[in-house]
Amino acid sequence: MRRSRADVVVIGAGPAGLAAASAAREVGARRVVVLERDERAGGILPQCVHTGFGLRRYGRDLAGPEYAGLELARALKSGAEVRLDCCALRLEPGGGVRRPNAVVAVSPAGLEEIRAPSVVLAMGCRERPAGSLGIPGSRVAGVMTAGTAQRLINIAGIMPGRKAVVLGSGDVGLIVARRLALEGATVAGVFEAVAWAGGLPRNVSQCLCDFGIPLFLGHTVAEVHGRARLEGVTVCEVGRDMRPVRSTAREIACDTLLLSVGLIPENELSREAGVPISPATGGPLVDECGASLTPGVYACGNAVYVHDFVDDVTTEGEIAGAAAARFALGESGDRRRDGCKMFFREGRNVRFVSPAFVRLGRGRAWPSLALRSRRPAANVTPVFRWEGGQCSGPDLEFVNPGETIRLNLPVEVRGLIESDTRRDVTVEVSLESQ
Amino acid sequence: MADLVCVICPGGCRLSAGDAIGGRGVAGARCPRGMEFARSEMGAPSRVFTGTVRVSGGALPVVPVRTNKPIGRGLLSECSRVLAGLTVSAPVGTGQVLLPDVLGTGADVIATCSVEAARRGC
Repeated sequence: MRRSRADVVVIGAGPAGLAAASAAREVGARRVVVLERDERAGGILPQCVHTGFGLRRYGRDLAGPEYAGLELARALKSGAEVRLDCCALRLEPGGGVRRPNAVVAVSPAGLEEIRAPSVVLAMGCRERPAGSLGIPGSRVAGVMTAGTAQRLINIAGIMPGRKAVVLGSGDVGLIVARRLALEGATVAGVFEAVAWAGGLPRNVSQCLCDFGIPLFLGHTVAEVHGRARLEGVTVCEVGRDMRPVRSTAREIACDTLLLSVGLIPENELSREAGVPISPATGGPLVDECGASLTPGVYACGNAVYVHDFVDDVTTEGEIAGAAAARFALGESGDRRRDGCKMFFREGRNVRFVSPAFVRLGRGRAWPSLALRSRRPAANVTPVFRWEGGQCSGPDLEFVNPGETIRLNLPVEVRGLIESDTRRDVTVEVSLESQ
Repeated sequence: MADLVCVICPGGCRLSAGDAIGGRGVAGARCPRGMEFARSEMGAPSRVFTGTVRVSGGALPVVPVRTNKPIGRGLLSECSRVLAGLTVSAPVGTGQVLLPDVLGTGADVIATCSVEAARRGC
């Protein structure tokens, strides 16, 4: 097995990993290696041929491949090594600069081990697969995740079918529904079990409304039909108990069923390495710089929580990469968990809060919190509660489970961190209607 | 009155636009681009077209493309049909114009990714 050393190893060359690698080099890390198992860099961006990327960061409305191209060029210019066709198999945490972490990877050249004081986890997320739904029927061809269909159309140049039904209203499903419609296929409808769309309102508008694709809220696919290839699906309304109401069943003939029922941060590697994972996000528990509770292990992007916009992923990747480099260079003290000052916990109508905690070492900026609500609500006041006190944040006109909410820490919460330097404080964040 | 979601940026402002088309007829926009979007939606909605074009002799069979400016929303499907009949030869560079002035809109169809020529013998 080949062995080498680096300052920072980044796992994944998607937008998070590329930004982390660039930033690590830019703050002075010497050898930065990015491990990517795909044959091209960019993560999911190369198959996202639609626009909407880069508006915040570059002030330009770019397609996914263009955004990926810019970020890859920046990483290469910074002097980071981007290794394609190279899959990280295992992370063995070391515990500090003197006992570096080890990453074992495999590529066509064979096995290798890279030792580095800092590792950045940037593996992104995966789609919830068909098997997790347990839809009755045989295992016919033509049932796939929306992202698989997107890859077939946009990378392989293959149409997955002529008449499709989409189950779930996540952003990928909405975007692929539009793509199918543009390529001349029929999309019979998008069926969503809950009473609201999972994707962004702007995607419901420009992907479904623009193309006359109906969205059926409170509906699900109860059965798939066909022997070799999908021939149709049974759709039903969903009752209050979230089960299909059989009396409302109707059949739709189709040859393709696309699933867009959720994205899950990919963290097999992190779990096996013993990096503590948040049950709320499915990603590592991290502080405002992306530092996990395992010394020298950082995480960013969709591996931490599923982001709405790549621009935010890039920004967080840069913060994590810079922090990882400073740790490797011995310039920062993220090595002990006793630096934690405040933990955030999910309260009423909050599905997750990120970062999970703040450390606030010298020179660090006050973080903003990213939250998702469980249910839609109007006229919401965010409430921060801790032992012996509470305060509220600025009112929100509405909250929507499909959109990330960003909140700045209220003055009272900042004061709490600054005044109480010895004790950890847990703050519960709730999104409550007035 | 019409309720719209602004699709110009990730902000996704909820807009209300009145029949009186003009700045004062739009509510909910947090920036001037939203006002402009609402006005355009009430008159002639436009979108950037995105899709793929077939490549011959390339390392990949298709190249992702977009129009370099928005075209009429009603022309999106027609644009897709025109591009279905187009094949370009590899290599293709990012930003390369593959079809100028598509459907007489004044917008060019450009590649958003490069595709190298396929290596011979494989």
